Amino acid sequence: MRYSGFRVIAEALTGHKGWKPVWRDPTPQAEYDYIIIGGGGHGLATAYYLAKEFGQARIAVLEKGYLGGGNVGRNTTIIRSNYLLDGNEPFYEFSLKLWEGLEQDFNYNAMVSQRGIINLIHTDAQRDAATRRGNAMMMHGADARLLSREDVRQMYPWLNFDNARFPIKGALMQPRGGTVRHDAVAWGYARGADRRGVDLIQNCEVTGMRIENGRIRGVETTRGFIGAKKVGVAVAGSSSKVMAHAGMRLPIESHVLQAFVSEGLKPLIDGVMTFGAGHFYVSQSDKGGLVFGGDIDGYNSYAQRGNLPVIEDVAEGGMALMPAIGRVRLLRSWGGIMDMSMDGSPIIDKTHVEGLYFNGGWCYGGFKATPASGWAFAHLLAKDEPHKTATAYRFDRFHKGLMIDEKGQGAQPNLH
Amino acid sequence: MTQSNRITGGQIDRTKTLRFTFDGIPYQGHPGDTLASALLANGVKLMGRSFKYHRPRGPISAGSEEPNALVELRSGGRQEPNTRATVAELFDGLTANSQNRWPSLRFDAMGINDKLSTFFAAGFYYKTFMWPKSFWEKLYEPIIRRAAGLGSVTREEDPDNYDKGFLHCDLLVIGAGPTGLMAALTAGRAGKRVILADEDFRMGGRLNAETYAVGDLQGADWAAGVVAELSSMPNLRLMTRTTVVGAFDHGIYSAVERVSDHLATPTDGKPRQILWRIYSGKAILAGGATERPVAFENNDRPGIMMAGALRAYANRWGVKVGERVAVFTNNDDGLRTALDLQAIGVDVVAVIDSREGGDLLPGIRHLQGAEVIDTAGNLGLKSISVRQANGRSETFAVDALGVSGGWNPNVNIHSHHRSRPVYDPAIAAFIPGKDGPPGLLVAGAAAGQMSTHAALKTGRDAAIAACDLTNGPDLPQAEDAPVRITPLWHVAHGKGRAWIDQQNDVTVKDIKLAKQENFTSVEHLKRYTTLGMATDQGKTSNVIGLAVMAELTGRSIPETGTTIYRPPYTPVAMGTLAGRSRGREFKPFRLTPSHHWAKEQGAIFVEVGNWLRTQWVPKAGETEWRQSVDREVLATRKSVGICDVTTLGKIDIQGTDAGAFLDRVYANTFSTLAVGKCRYGLMLREDGIVFDDGTTARMSPSEYVMTTTTANAVTVFRHLEYCRQVLWPDMDVQLISTTEAWAQFSAAGPNARNLLAKIVDQDISDAAFPYMGAGNITVGGLRARLFRISFSGELAYEIAVPTRYGDALLREMLAKGAEFDPIVYGTEALGVMRIEKGHVAGGELNGQSTALNMGLGKMVSKKKDSIGMVLSQREGMTAENGYRLVGVKPVDPQAKLTAGSHFLEKGAAAVAANDGGWLTSKVYSPHLGCDIALGYLKAGDTKIGQRMRIVNLLAGLDTEVEIISPHMFDPEGERLRG
Amino acid sequence: MIIHHPILGPRDAQEFVYLGDANLIDRPDGMTAGVEVFHEYLYQRTNPAGEHQELWYHEQGDRSWLVITRNTVTHEITKVELARDVARSRGRSK
Repeated sequence: MRYSGFRVIAEALTGHKGWKPVWRDPTPQAEYDYIIIGGGGHGLATAYYLAKEFGQARIAVLEKGYLGGGNVGRNTTIIRSNYLLDGNEPFYEFSLKLWEGLEQDFNYNAMVSQRGIINLIHTDAQRDAATRRGNAMMMHGADARLLSREDVRQMYPWLNFDNARFPIKGALMQPRGGTVRHDAVAWGYARGADRRGVDLIQNCEVTGMRIENGRIRGVETTRGFIGAKKVGVAVAGSSSKVMAHAGMRLPIESHVLQAFVSEGLKPLIDGVMTFGAGHFYVSQSDKGGLVFGGDIDGYNSYAQRGNLPVIEDVAEGGMALMPAIGRVRLLRSWGGIMDMSMDGSPIIDKTHVEGLYFNGGWCYGGFKATPASGWAFAHLLAKDEPHKTATAYRFDRFHKGLMIDEKGQGAQPNLH
Repeated sequence: MTQSNRITGGQIDRTKTLRFTFDGIPYQGHPGDTLASALLANGVKLMGRSFKYHRPRGPISAGSEEPNALVELRSGGRQEPNTRATVAELFDGLTANSQNRWPSLRFDAMGINDKLSTFFAAGFYYKTFMWPKSFWEKLYEPIIRRAAGLGSVTREEDPDNYDKGFLHCDLLVIGAGPTGLMAALTAGRAGKRVILADEDFRMGGRLNAETYAVGDLQGADWAAGVVAELSSMPNLRLMTRTTVVGAFDHGIYSAVERVSDHLATPTDGKPRQILWRIYSGKAILAGGATERPVAFENNDRPGIMMAGALRAYANRWGVKVGERVAVFTNNDDGLRTALDLQAIGVDVVAVIDSREGGDLLPGIRHLQGAEVIDTAGNLGLKSISVRQANGRSETFAVDALGVSGGWNPNVNIHSHHRSRPVYDPAIAAFIPGKDGPPGLLVAGAAAGQMSTHAALKTGRDAAIAACDLTNGPDLPQAEDAPVRITPLWHVAHGKGRAWIDQQNDVTVKDIKLAKQENFTSVEHLKRYTTLGMATDQGKTSNVIGLAVMAELTGRSIPETGTTIYRPPYTPVAMGTLAGRSRGREFKPFRLTPSHHWAKEQGAIFVEVGNWLRTQWVPKAGETEWRQSVDREVLATRKSVGICDVTTLGKIDIQGTDAGAFLDRVYANTFSTLAVGKCRYGLMLREDGIVFDDGTTARMSPSEYVMTTTTANAVTVFRHLEYCRQVLWPDMDVQLISTTEAWAQFSAAGPNARNLLAKIVDQDISDAAFPYMGAGNITVGGLRARLFRISFSGELAYEIAVPTRYGDALLREMLAKGAEFDPIVYGTEALGVMRIEKGHVAGGELNGQSTALNMGLGKMVSKKKDSIGMVLSQREGMTAENGYRLVGVKPVDPQAKLTAGSHFLEKGAAAVAANDGGWLTSKVYSPHLGCDIALGYLKAGDTKIGQRMRIVNLLAGLDTEVEIISPHMFDPEGERLRG
Repeated sequence: MIIHHPILGPRDAQEFVYLGDANLIDRPDGMTAGVEVFHEYLYQRTNPAGEHQELWYHEQGDRSWLVITRNTVTHEITKVELARDVARSRGRSK
C-alpha cells in the first residue's frame, strides 16, 4: 500500500482499519540467490537496492534479533558528507544525494532534515584543516562554507563565546548536513524491500557458513540451513564473529560507543554542531531531545553498554560549549558496538571465498553511509565489481599502503 | 487559597509555613512537602499538559516515576525544565510554572490536537509530509519542532557549581525503605563500611506512606529509629537526596546527591549537586516497587492517580486529594487505599475491584467483577462510569480515583548490564533476571518480595550474604500479606482512548495499530509508538504496553518479552555530569616558565593543547598583530630573539642499550652519534607514517636527551615505554619524561652566541661548541644544558635550566644581553622562521604523511630494523607521483595565500580529478616580502620552478603561484653554522 | 572498570590508556620479515567476543604496560600481568 497524506486522513476517518503490516513474517525458503546477513540499516538497504535498482530476486535478509536493531537504531542520526579524502568523499556525497531523494523513493517519511552541520574551529591549525577539507568537499561537488566567529555567534549566541577555555574561532559548515529519524530508515528500507519480495527473516541467527571448494553454498542458522548463491555480510559490530565462520580475521576491532538523549525541550539547537576542543556532537530531535555523543569508550567490547568516564567526558564537552544546559537533564544513554577499522574507513569488498562478500568497518560513521553502503554493496553483489564511489574500500588497501585515514591516527582502531 | 485539602497527620512541619507560587499564583505549604503535595493541599490538581494531545494532567504518583506533573522550576539562569513536582522539595520562595501550554495551563490552544487525535495515530508522520519534497524542511518540520518539546531552556549560564566525589564501601545499599534499612542495619552492626543512599529527602521509603506497624511502632517511626541508630555508626554513611543512577563495571555505581535543590540558592561554597562515583565491594538493590495503572478510557484526568499515591499523600503529607474518592484495583493492595482514606474520614464512594469473589471490605461499597469504563471532567475528574459484574453501568461523582494495577519491582539498576527481567506470574510483574551486575544482590520489593516482612527479611539476608556474615538482627513483627492479584492491563470497552504512556500520549489504540502493522517486537513497539521513551522512561507504562501487545498477539508475556532499562535511573543534570570542568576550567592550564614575564609585557597567548604559549609580544604603538610578528622575526634574524620552547617534550634515555634502542625507535641512526652532539631524528609509526620529529642529543655514552614536538610529548613517551617494556624487555634502557623538569629557551640570531656567552659559565665559541653540539653546562653555577640547534635557521642555541629558574633565566638573558637588543618572540614568529626554512611542523606532521612526502625519505635507514621501516616501503606509500613537500610563493607579491587551499594546474577546473594537493601552512615572510607557504603537491619534487594556481573555493580565491624549494631562506644554511 | 595492577593494587581504569590486542607483543623482526608478515601483525585482529588479552598502559600511574585478560562481553577481568613478563615469556628479549 502506498502512504500519503490522503491515505492518512482517509484512514483516520475510518478508524485506521486499513493499515497493512509494514512487512511480512515469511518462512525461510530452502535457497536464495542472495542472502544478506544483518537486518540493520546497511543490510536492509542492500536488499532494497538489490531488488529495486539491480533487478535481482530471491533475496533474503537474515536478522538475529529484530529489524533495525543494530546501530541504525542506536546512533545520533547525523548525515553529512564533509569528508576530506578522495577515497571517502565521493562515497559520502553519493550517500547524501541518496538521502535527499530517499523518502520519495521508498515512500516513507524518514524525516531527512538538512538543517546544516557546523564543525567548530578553535585554533588556527583547525581553520587550516577546515579550509583544506572544505575545498576538498567542494571539488567533489559537495557544499561547504567557512564561518567566522561572528557567523557562529549569530547562529547560536548562547554558546560559550566569552568565558571559554578554547574560544570559538569559526566553523566549517555543510548546509546540506542534517539529521534523519534513524529507526524510520530501517523501517522504510524494510518495507520497500518487503514490497519487492525480499524475505525479511527476524530471530534468525547465522551460526555457520557452508563453504565447499572455496565457494559459499549457504548458511547454517538457528532456523536451519539456508542455501544461497551469494552471501553478503553487513553486521557491523559483529563482523569478526560472523566472518570467523569463514575462517577470516579482519582489520577490525569491536568497540562500544555510547550516545545520549536529554529530556524533551523547546527548540534550542536548529542544526547539528560538533565541538572542536573536546569530543562532543549534538543536535536536537524533532521531538525536542538533545541527541549527543562523544568518544568511544576505547577498549574492545561487545557489551552494548559503556562506563562512566566517557559519560562525564561528553558532558564536560557539552557544558564547555553550552553553559546554559547545566540544568538540562540527560534522560537515556545507550551503547552500540562499532566496527572500528584500522584506518577509520569502511570495507565493501569480496572475500577469498567465492560468493561471500563483506560490508563493515564503519567505525561510528555508518549511519550516514546507509544508502550508499546499501547501493554500493548491492552493486558489488550483483555485478561482482565495486561501485565507482566505493573502489577504495578494499581489504588489500592495508597491504598496499593505501589507507584512508581521515584522522591520521594510524593502525589503532580506538583512535579513529 | 489556604491549603483547603490539608488534613491532619503526616510528616510535615506545620510549625513553619513556606510560600511559593505556581503560574504566578501564591500558595503556602510546609517543610516536608513536595511541590506536588503542597499544590494538592491547596486543591490544585492540574499541573501540566501532555506531549502530543496537550491533555490536562495532574500527578499520578508521589515519586520519581511521575510522567505528568512536570514544571519549569525557578527562573533566570536557574530555570529548570521538566522538573517533577512530585520530587521537587518545597522551599520558601519557590517559583514554578507550567510548561508546554499556550497561553495558559487551563486554556491551552494546542489542546486542539486532542480533538484531532484520530489524525495523530502512532507513526502517522512516517506516512505523510513527503510532498512536495521541499515542504518537509520548510513547512512541516518547523511547525512540528515548534510544537514539540516540553520545558524551555534558559540561554543564560547556569550560575551554580557542581562537584564530583569518590566514595568507597564494603556495601552500597540502594534505597532506604524497610529492605534497605534492614540491610544497612545488618551490615552496619557487623562493622562493615556501608553507604545507604536514597533518592528521597526522608529515609523510610514506603513506610512513610503507609500505616503499617513494624514491631510495636508505626512503620515511619521504626524507620526513624533505625536511621537514628545508623547515624550513630561511624562506619555508616547515610545519603538522603541521593539517587543511585547507574551500575557500571566492577562494582562502580554513579549517584547524584542533590545538595542544594531544597534551598532557594546553594549556601556559600556548596555545590548544587554532586556526582559520586561509588566503588563498592558489594551492593544491594533495595529500590522497592512502582505501582502501575490500568488502561481505561480517559484514565488520564487530573485527580486520577495511583492508589498508593493517594495513600502517600494522605499518610505522609496530610493531604486528601479529593473529597469523594473511588478506588479501582485488580489486587489487594488497592484495597488498603480505601481503608486508609476511610480511616481519616475521606468519603470513599466505591471500590471497583476487577476481581470476582473474595472478602468484601466492611463499610465500603465494594464492587467485585467491576471495571471503570470511562471518566468525565475536563480540567479535573468529575465522575467515573463503572460497568458492574452484572453488566449494568453506574456513574459515580468523584473528584479523585485511585488506581492500582499491581506493583512493578524497580529492577532498573539490575538491568544496567543488560540483564533481561523475567516475568513472575505470581505477582504479575517482572523481577530481576540472570546476569545482573556482578556483586549486586536484589532484595525486598525490587526482587518481587512485596510484604513488609519479606522486605525486612530479604534485606537482612542479602546483607548477610553480601558481607559473609553468619547472622543478623532479629526481625521485628510486620505484615506479611500475600500478593493477591488478577492481572488486568486494560479495560476492553468502547472506542475512546485509554492511556498507557501518559506523557507521550500512547494509548491502547496505538498498541493495536502497531500490532496491525506488524511492529510486534517490544523494541519495535517502543520505537514506533514512543511508548516508554518519555522523561519517566516508562516506569509506569512499559509493562502494561507490552502486556497489551501480548494480549493482542496471543503470545504470553514472557514470549513477548520486555525492553531493558538503561542508565540513568532518573534523568541527571548535565552540569552534574560535567562537574567543575566547564568554562575556563574545562581543561587545566599548563603555563610556561616565561608566562608571568610575558603577561607583564601584555603578551598575547595561544592555546596549544593545554599549554598557553606566547603567540607574540606587542610593543607600544603596534596595533596589528603582523606588526609585532614581523618585528620579532626581523629582530631575531638581525640580532637575537628568545623563545620559550619548554613545551617541547623532553625525555631522558639512559642505559647501556640506549643507542641501540634509539636506532629501533627512530628511522635514522643514533647509536653512532658522538657524545656531545645532537641529531635530528625522525620517528615513524609502525605503519610507516611519520609519528614525530625532534632533536636528540648524546650527553654521555649511555645517556641521550630526546626532544619531541609539543603535541606528541605524551604519546611519544608512551610509545617509547611500549617499545622498552613490551617489544624489547631486556634492553638496558630507562626513560623519564623531563618536559616539566627543564625550562628551555631558544636563543636565535647572529648575536645568540654573544648573548649566551654573558650567561653561561663555559666557553661556547664555535670551536668549543660547534653546530649541533650539546652538553651539560652551568649558568652561574647552576646546572644547565645547552644544545646548538636551530629551528629558525639562525645561529641558535637551546638552553635549559631547572624549571623553577626559567623565569629568572629569561630576565637574566634580557638584562645581561641588553646591548644586543634581544627580543622575545612567540609562536607566530617561530612559525614564520620555520616555514622560511622549510622545517615541518603540525600542518605537515598530520599523521597522514610519510618521510618521502616530507622530502626526508632518505632518513629511513634500511640497514637496521626500526619501527615503521618495513611498512613505510609499501607500494602505495612509495609512488613516484605521491605528495612531496614544496615551497610556494605568489607570483604577485601582493597576493594572499591561505593554508588549506588546493593546488591546480593552470586552466584546470576545480574538481577533484585535478586536485594537486594543498597548502599545509602559510605565513607572511618579511624577508621575502610576500606570503609564503609549504604544501604537499603531487610529484612536487618535479615541479620546482613551475607556475600553478592555488584555489580556495570557500573564499572564492584563485591565485597564481610559483612552486619553489621548501628551503626558502638561507638554503645553504650558512647562518646557522655561523 | 577497576584494574588490579600487579604492583599497585586496584586502580580505576581511567588512569590507564588502552592499546589493543596483546598479540602486538609479537612484533616481527624487520630485517627478516617483509610487508606480508608485518601486515598480518599490525592490521589483522581476532577480535573475540569473550576472553581477550590486551595491552593497557598505566599513564596516570607507574607507567607500566600491562597485559590484561578481560572478557569483552562481560568486561570481567581475570588476570593482570606486567607486559614485560608476558613479553619475556613469549621469547622477547632485546
